[in-house]
Amino acid sequence: MRPFTYERASDPAAAAKSAAENPDARFLAGGTNLLDLMKLGIERPTHLIDVGRLPLAAIEDTADGGLRLGAMTTNSAVAADPRVRARYPVLAQALLAGASPQLRNKATTGGNLVQRTRCLYFYDPAKPCNKRRPGAGCAALEGLNRGSAILGQSEHCVAANPSDMAVALQVLDAVVETVGADGQARAIPIDDLHRLPGDTPHIETCLRPGELITAVVLPPPPQGPQAYRKARDRASYAGGLASVALAGGRIALGAVSLKPWRARKAEAALAGGAAPDEAAAAELAQARGQGGNDFKINLTRRLMAAVISSGKA
Amino acid sequence: MGQNLLTDAIQRGPVTLVVNGEARTLDLDLRTTLLDALREHFALTGTKKGCDHGQCGACTVLVNGVRINACLSLAVMHDGDEVTTIEGIGRPGALHPLQTAFLDRDAFQCGYCTPGQICSAVGLLAEAAAGAPSQATGDLTAPIVLDDAEIRERMSGNLCRCSAYPQILEAIRDVAQSSGAGAGA
Ligand SMILES: Cc1cc2nc3c(=O)[nH]c(=O)nc-3n(C[C@H](O)[C@H](O)[C@H](O)COP(=O)(O)OP(=O)(O)OC[C@H]3O[C@@H](n4cnc5c(N)ncnc54)[C@H](O)[C@@H]3O)c2cc1C
Ligand code: SF4
Ligand code: FES
Ligand code: FES
Repeated sequence: MRPFTYERASDPAAAAKSAAENPDARFLAGGTNLLDLMKLGIERPTHLIDVGRLPLAAIEDTADGGLRLGAMTTNSAVAADPRVRARYPVLAQALLAGASPQLRNKATTGGNLVQRTRCLYFYDPAKPCNKRRPGAGCAALEGLNRGSAILGQSEHCVAANPSDMAVALQVLDAVVETVGADGQARAIPIDDLHRLPGDTPHIETCLRPGELITAVVLPPPPQGPQAYRKARDRASYAGGLASVALAGGRIALGAVSLKPWRARKAEAALAGGAAPDEAAAAELAQARGQGGNDFKINLTRRLMAAVISSGKA
Repeated sequence: MGQNLLTDAIQRGPVTLVVNGEARTLDLDLRTTLLDALREHFALTGTKKGCDHGQCGACTVLVNGVRINACLSLAVMHDGDEVTTIEGIGRPGALHPLQTAFLDRDAFQCGYCTPGQICSAVGLLAEAAAGAPSQATGDLTAPIVLDDAEIRERMSGNLCRCSAYPQILEAIRDVAQSSGAGAGA
């Protein structure tokens, strides 16, 4: 691991300012993603701003009947909160489907949202990767791409977003609250946070330099059933090959795109009376594989149809 | 905005950890993980390094009573925290019920994963007692009953290369049942 300087933040706006002043700084929250990547030399921050003790670990009721999850709430704490379990079960299920109990005890809401892809070649410094080094090329196009994206990828990057939590946040229409280096607060709809790769796969979110996530706000839950289902290589402690979140009439997909994917075409088809399988097919008409992950298109279609049907029963 | 002794622009610093009840302050390279601090600086080698990347659970310890992977945490992140390692769970002659159950059930072969398994199981019992759900919990709003499916799921963060899983399950089931958290005989 490269040497770095370290500071412990005590104020969110000051942390954002400090991060903006040092372009090679990173926020350190739970550390479960950043430290992993630092050990491999993929992340090389020269300065760490430890935000783990910022007073952002509360889960609060909002005036309109929703919930505000502080950015430093752990994945375990959110999944165990009685209000989340009763009113936002899709979020509890998505969190509990991710990582392991030990990791969820450290992983935070903010860190989970902006965790980086688990593309094999992003993790291998010996291989070209446009995300690590813009213009270097993408080793996944011709390589092992079983886990890669089938929706929204580009010729520059075919990586998938690994977050389970973010898929549930998509169907809950969550809003991400931040504070910028100028001290200004901002509210970002979850669908606007992550970017598709296009020709700039190294730019992953709409966050500005130094901008710190302070909370995720859940509006009151939509009417109707909620569900989260994840397909993967083993029953637990494994990243997803595809996942589906459902809440009311909203559907989102995980592990199939660099964005947690809101399936608006399927939603529109369902609203128009389509059968579950037809709705899934409507969404996936635009899906494309890279060879190794072609199977994901059918897998996702079946998983979507199953989750939608279970919600209707 | 350094709030404590660790202010700007330092790459080493004093870090205080309360390990198994004893507070010690060490001058550490700030890159030191909690795992390396325990093994190399506190000479507590019960906690094991398997993968060093959060993928195996061999390094599981309890921090302020909560189980985490010591390999994916910096010691400095835990300045002032209480850390419990396998050495603090029980000692020869004064074993923790889980340690006794692991012996009774023969829940290991090489033993490399065992400290992490036992620390993890201590965390599991506390989480279940506090009502925390898992992926195996059918009704998210009902009280937790530690049946076999629940124990397996809640121990999924600890791999065992020798595959002593059936015996590990039996050992934890024994302790869960005697504490009233289990699924009955
Ligand atoms: C073995 C393993 C298996 C895993 N499996 C899964 C899985 O199945 N599903 C899943 O969803 N996840 C999985 N994960 C990933 C895990 O969920 C993430 O590592 C975790 O959520 C990251 O949160 P953190 O607080 O530890 O982030 P950190 O590691 O502290 O930070 C991650 C990134 O976020 C930035 N950051 C942190 N907080 C903020 C903030 N408030 N504002 C702005 N930027 C911030 C950091 O600068 C850093 O770039 C797995 C991880 C491991 C190691
Ligand atoms: S898919 Fe993206 S992350 Fe993976 S190697 Fe290609 S550019 Fe890098
Ligand atoms: S050594 Fe920490 S999880 Fe493997
Ligand atoms: S007993 Fe050998 S790894 Fe578990």
